[in-house]
Order: sequence, then C-alpha cells, then structure tokens
Amino acid sequence: MASDWPLWEIFIRGQYGLSHRHVGSLHAPDAEMAMLNARDVYTRRNEGVSIWVVKSADITASAPSRKGPMFDPSNDKTYRHPTFFDIPDDVGSM
Amino acid sequence: MYAQEVKSTGRGVKTPEEMSAQERAFQARIDAGEKIEPKDWMPEGYRKTLIRQISQHAHSEVVGQLPEGNWITRAPTLERKAILLAKVQDEAGHGLYLYSAAETLGVSREELITDLLAGRAKYSSIFNYPTLTWADIGAVGWLVDGAAIVNQVALQRTSYGPYSRAMIRICKEESFHARQGFDIMMKMANGTAAQKAMAQDALNRLWWPALMMFGPPDAESVHSAQSMAWKIKVMTNDEGRQKFVDQTIPQIEYLGLEVPDCAARLNPETGHYSFTDPDWSEFFAVLKGNGPCNADRMRARNKAHDEGAWFREGLLAHAEKHQQAAE
Ligand SMILES: [Fe+2]
Ligand SMILES: [Fe+2]
Repeated sequence: MASDWPLWEIFIRGQYGLSHRHVGSLHAPDAEMAMLNARDVYTRRNEGVSIWVVKSADITASAPSRKGPMFDPSNDKTYRHPTFFDIPDDVGSM
Repeated sequence: MYAQEVKSTGRGVKTPEEMSAQERAFQARIDAGEKIEPKDWMPEGYRKTLIRQISQHAHSEVVGQLPEGNWITRAPTLERKAILLAKVQDEAGHGLYLYSAAETLGVSREELITDLLAGRAKYSSIFNYPTLTWADIGAVGWLVDGAAIVNQVALQRTSYGPYSRAMIRICKEESFHARQGFDIMMKMANGTAAQKAMAQDALNRLWWPALMMFGPPDAESVHSAQSMAWKIKVMTNDEGRQKFVDQTIPQIEYLGLEVPDCAARLNPETGHYSFTDPDWSEFFAVLKGNGPCNADRMRARNKAHDEGAWFREGLLAHAEKHQQAAE
C-alpha cells in the first residue's frame, strides 16, 4: 500500500533563473520513483526545468502558533525598510 | 458535486456566544479571508468535515477515470485516443493532489483507499452512469467536467490552504477537459444524421445526472450552513446548478441540439434560465449504491488495485535493496 511508502515534497524550478517552488507531495518507495512520479504528476505541461524531491520527514517547519514570537524581531525593526528614511526629492533617486 | 453528501458534525452554525475564544478567533480568520494551514489550530468539526469532503472529491477523480477509460481502446482515431489518455491521466493526478491535501489533516492514504475499495466511501453519483457510445465521451468532458469546473472554480476560494491550492492546480487542467469534450460534440453534431442522433442521445442521458452533480436542493441540504460558514463550501448547490444551466444551454443551442428539458426558459429580466429539477429519488438511489454501474465501478477499482499489488511490492523490494546496499 502506498502509505507504507514515505511522503516526498516536490519542488520545481519553473524556468531557468527562478528558484525552486513547492508544488505538492506524493508517496514513493525511493527518491528515484519519487522523481519519476513527480515528473508525471507535476510537469505534464512544461511546468518545470528542474525537480527536487525531499522526504517530508527531513523538513523542519516553524510552528504556526509561534508566528508572533518567531517573527517579532523583524516586525519591530522598521528601519530595515528603505521607506523608513525621508530623503528630500532634491537629492534625486536613491 | 464531487462531494455530494458531506455530513458535518454540528447541528446548526454556532453563534459567536456559543463559541470558545479559540473558535471565535478561528472564525475571525476565516471571515477575514485568511487561509488555514495544516498545523494551525482548527475545530474538530472543521477537520472532520474537510476530510470527508476532500476524500470524496479525491475518490471521484479516481473512480471518474473508469467511464472514460472504457473508451480509450475504442477511440475513433489515434489522436482522439492520445487526447483521452491524457485527460484520464490528468484525473489520476487530480486524485493524487486531493489525497495529499486530505493527508495534511492527519488521515492516512491507506485508510482512505481502504474505505473506497471496501465500498464504505462516497464518490460522485455521476460516475455510476455508463458511457455507452463515443458521443458519451464528448458529453462527459463537456457536461461532467463542465459542471465540475463550476464547482472547482468556486472552491479555489475555500478556506483550507492545501485544498485551495489543489483546486487552483486542477482548474488549470480542467478547461482542456471541457474543451476536448465540446470538440467531440461539435464533430458529432455536425456529422451524419446518425452521428448527430448519437450526440443528442448522449446529451439526453447525461443532462439530468449532470444536474444532480451539484447535490440536493439547498432546502434539503442539511449540512451546508456550517460548511458555508467555515468556507469549506463557497457556493450553494442551487447556485452552482443555476450557473451550470445558464452557461450550458447556449452551448447546446450552438451545437444545434435540443435542450433535454422542454420547460427550460430564459427569464429576460434575471438573465437566468428556469429549468426542471432532476429526479431526486434517482439521485439518492444512486448515492446509496443502486445506480446502473456502482457495483461495476467497485469491481474495476478493486481489480486494478489487486492486480497492481505485485508491482507496488516490487518497487518496495527494489528500494529496500538499494537502501541496504547504501548502508
Ligand atoms: Fe478532475
Ligand atoms: Fe476533469
């Protein structure tokens, strides 16, 4: 049964120059089959030029419930954004 | 639709006062149009209703391959055969996207497949009707996929992230399905008198089951209110059916075929067609397992599963052997 097979997360590079993006997941007995199945399921219409398959179990995800504390350090440092600084129009583009 | 009898857990929709603080916060996220993701907190009823709906949808994609698969070896030309094969292959992919979405809710693929094969799971009533002629393949793509598109386009806005993303992928592939079906119908409707008669016959037989795909009338659809509040469902059964009728009748006229419902009339004020309800007793009979092909579909699914066992086992043995060699 397919669920005896590990779950794989599939990442596809849509075009040269772009990053791989997560597109979905599938079960497969090994990386080789995961790759073949990913090709058949996720790239039937020229969706990609490169595929990564990663065992879902090997991914560590941040916990959604900790969304506040986790990303807090970025929220309170608005000076990291260029719009924080008022540069007079006379200076020209910067 | 592809999930026509999704029993939700609650009786009615809870009022804000009846909700816990956590439930209120959850409902507020949904009302604000936020997507819920797998690891987020969710009410148990939300999770269970979604599992039922998504798995019924997945089973429909898988069983839905059978009526069309019936004609792959008998397609009239090599090109039609290749097109139909590609269409049916897409449906297998749709099943996979949806099973994957269901799995993110904590149910295993094995449980879902086991339920389907044991005849305990529901799938859309439409796939329990036979495909008797090549024109049926045209009518299925045009009407059945056409009806599915109405529903699935709406479901792209569903509140559960993985379900919504599966719908977006599926919708990208569906218009090919509807168009290849309509293309077959155009060919038949403009062919010989016998071919045109076949097209009309396919339309006559599949029209009513296609209307049933949207599920029972809203007035009798007891489980909808909570699902609508949770945005698991985003369009009522009657709304979907109306939309489908409104878009399909002009297409029937374009084909030069007759609308199977002689009472169908355009209301110039509303811009909507009035139409006759399908026979709901037939719908409930098919859903209970007494349609023309229910037993056939289950037999074919089980046969394919059993006959593929040696291959799945072989793949696993191969993977284990390589794993050991690598260690
Ligand atoms: Fe589909
Ligand atoms: Fe389809």
